[in-house]
Amino acid sequence: MINYRLDHLKELESESIFVIREVAAQFENPVLMFSGGKDSILMLYLARKAFYPARLPFPLLHVDTGHNFPETLAFRDKLVREWNLSLIIASVQEAIDRGLVVEEKGLYASRNSLQTAVLLEAIERHGFDAALGGGRRDEEKARAKERFFSHRDEFGQWDPKNQRPELWNLFNGRKHIGEHFRVFPISNWTELDVWQYLHREKVPLPSLYFAHERACIERDGVLLADSAFLSKKEGEKAEIRKVRFRTIGDMTCTGAVLSEADTLEKIVEEVATTRLTERGARADDKRSETSMEDRKKEGYF
Amino acid sequence: MRGVNPLLPRNYSMQQHSDLLRFTTAGSVDDGKSTLIGRLLYDSKAIHQDQYEAMERSSKRRGEEVVNLALLTDGLKAEREQGITIDVAYRYFSTPKRKFIIADTPGHIQYTRNMVTGASTANAALILIDARKGMLEQTRRHAIIASLLQIPHLLICINKMDLVDYSKEAYEKLCDEFGAFAAKLDVKDVAYIPISALHGDNIVHRSENMSWYEGPTLLYYLENVHIASDYNFIDCRFPVQLVIRPNTDDFHDYRGYAGRVAGGVFKKGDKVMLLPSGFTSVIKAIDTYEGEVEEAFPPMSVTLRLENELDLSRGDMIVRENNMPRVTQDLDLMICWFDSRPLRVRGKYVIQHTSRTARCLIKEVRYKMDVNTLHRNLEDKEIGMNDVARISLRTTSPLFVDPYSRNRTTGSVILIDEASNQTVAAGMVL
Repeated sequence: MINYRLDHLKELESESIFVIREVAAQFENPVLMFSGGKDSILMLYLARKAFYPARLPFPLLHVDTGHNFPETLAFRDKLVREWNLSLIIASVQEAIDRGLVVEEKGLYASRNSLQTAVLLEAIERHGFDAALGGGRRDEEKARAKERFFSHRDEFGQWDPKNQRPELWNLFNGRKHIGEHFRVFPISNWTELDVWQYLHREKVPLPSLYFAHERACIERDGVLLADSAFLSKKEGEKAEIRKVRFRTIGDMTCTGAVLSEADTLEKIVEEVATTRLTERGARADDKRSETSMEDRKKEGYF
Repeated sequence: MRGVNPLLPRNYSMQQHSDLLRFTTAGSVDDGKSTLIGRLLYDSKAIHQDQYEAMERSSKRRGEEVVNLALLTDGLKAEREQGITIDVAYRYFSTPKRKFIIADTPGHIQYTRNMVTGASTANAALILIDARKGMLEQTRRHAIIASLLQIPHLLICINKMDLVDYSKEAYEKLCDEFGAFAAKLDVKDVAYIPISALHGDNIVHRSENMSWYEGPTLLYYLENVHIASDYNFIDCRFPVQLVIRPNTDDFHDYRGYAGRVAGGVFKKGDKVMLLPSGFTSVIKAIDTYEGEVEEAFPPMSVTLRLENELDLSRGDMIVRENNMPRVTQDLDLMICWFDSRPLRVRGKYVIQHTSRTARCLIKEVRYKMDVNTLHRNLEDKEIGMNDVARISLRTTSPLFVDPYSRNRTTGSVILIDEASNQTVAAGMVL
């Protein structure tokens, strides 16, 4: 008898495609939140598969903090051109300029938390009723509790103690006017699954993920990329290191890891054997034990 | 420190043969569930160094001598404060053979709905019994819910064997006791393992304290339990999720029906029937992004093209002519009620079944089931939060259903309150 069995990557792919199609079917005006990081690239790639040979039936939304790595932005623009996508940019800099949000000050200043207000404003302004996100449950303990279809009230808030039960593959996307959903199609993927899949499918990625030489500043055990956006302590000096990034966020809070992995194959091997979680290098998660939960309640990605 | 994970072969990246097992665990803090999961993740090297250090810090702060592995499964702020699990949390680990998804659920009666949620997608249920205490109300409830949700494999872990001197007699007595109880349930496959989650006996490594036990370790069981036949490969069911119409120059006349195979094996050239219209057609092609495939089976997401242009849209179903689901407006269901507002007999709700949505009217509560004893209560028919009951309802338009015991996808529904939009019940077709 033929073995009718999918391997785990194919099963995850099929589940994600099902969820993405469900969003297109249940919502009128969805959007895909795109950061230029590997998880949103994976999500975008899966969305292309979900609707093939039709075009993506929704636009991309990038919340641009103004502190992005230039490589991320170049990659984003290239992808939008080549895949013929429609992109909306919500700018944090512009929101600061007109007073919607106030820039943090000091050494640890980060625009990470400012993104929430900018994101919620963009969702409201464009009338999006569902926003697809690349969050994964294995990333962080608050994310481990997320639903695929995560309800947000009219203030964009997440209420983790009162989530809708989610059974089988029946997703309840019903909502009142003004409310919206966050949908996480790659909830069940782990970091290793993502890399194995990107490797197998030969998905193009920003150069930041591959080992390269870069001027870095070591602070509190995290290697930060030296840039004009980073305020330096007295005595802090940049040194050239061979590094790569496991996650990509702002230049001010995304830590690099020392690495020699300059191909997808080597990255998969590195991820399979590493003893640190990928968020271990994120300064934004180190603020407190519940920083992700707190940010998510307010409407963060 | 970067060590090499001994469970992973060097060429892990090339490894393509692993499949996916979803299992559920239920229990309260004191029966060692969190410790067991922590142990499984720790011994299979799924815990990262920074997570371990965070647990170490928390354990010290709480004045505990050894690192408390249970802290790993702590989730939300409220749960940490109260020391309980409230909501389902999902955990992940993998070995070269399989990837595992754990739906970690609370065990208390007031969270029955969370147990049901975790159980709905599981291939296996892991049930813990404290060797000193024997079967408790909770044990019975977990087993009943597992059988209600038709989880194909039940694994009974007799835990805290260290506290009964690793006694073979104590273990066998509990196995017999559970076996007698399980005979009343609708479960196909039950296995037993004596363990100590705290010390790691028979979790990943064989216990030296229980040389009398000849069965598999927990991890070995999870890696090898046969799940290939957990899907229905016989009755062809394809709920249409979405119609794909590119309207581009390259694909001018393309019209494909996107969806996920819910049952059976669809092949190119198969004669099919469309529901509800009853028209027949032939599968012209099965499309994926990578190109056409010869056949599609559960749980593949594909796009079907048919020989002739027919009226077919979301909520419709593609089946085989000689193997039809039941087409009906009247359903008998076992339900678990989720909402704080009780069920209203004669009340109207939205019903979601595969990709189809209708409205329904609850006609009758037949009985309420005691999830601790299986007793059918024909007197008290007030259905409130966490209650399990048998009901009958009528829908505004026909649904295409199979018994839940035959197909978990085409045999399940959810009910939604039209005013609050909350999911108020999960139902299984009888």
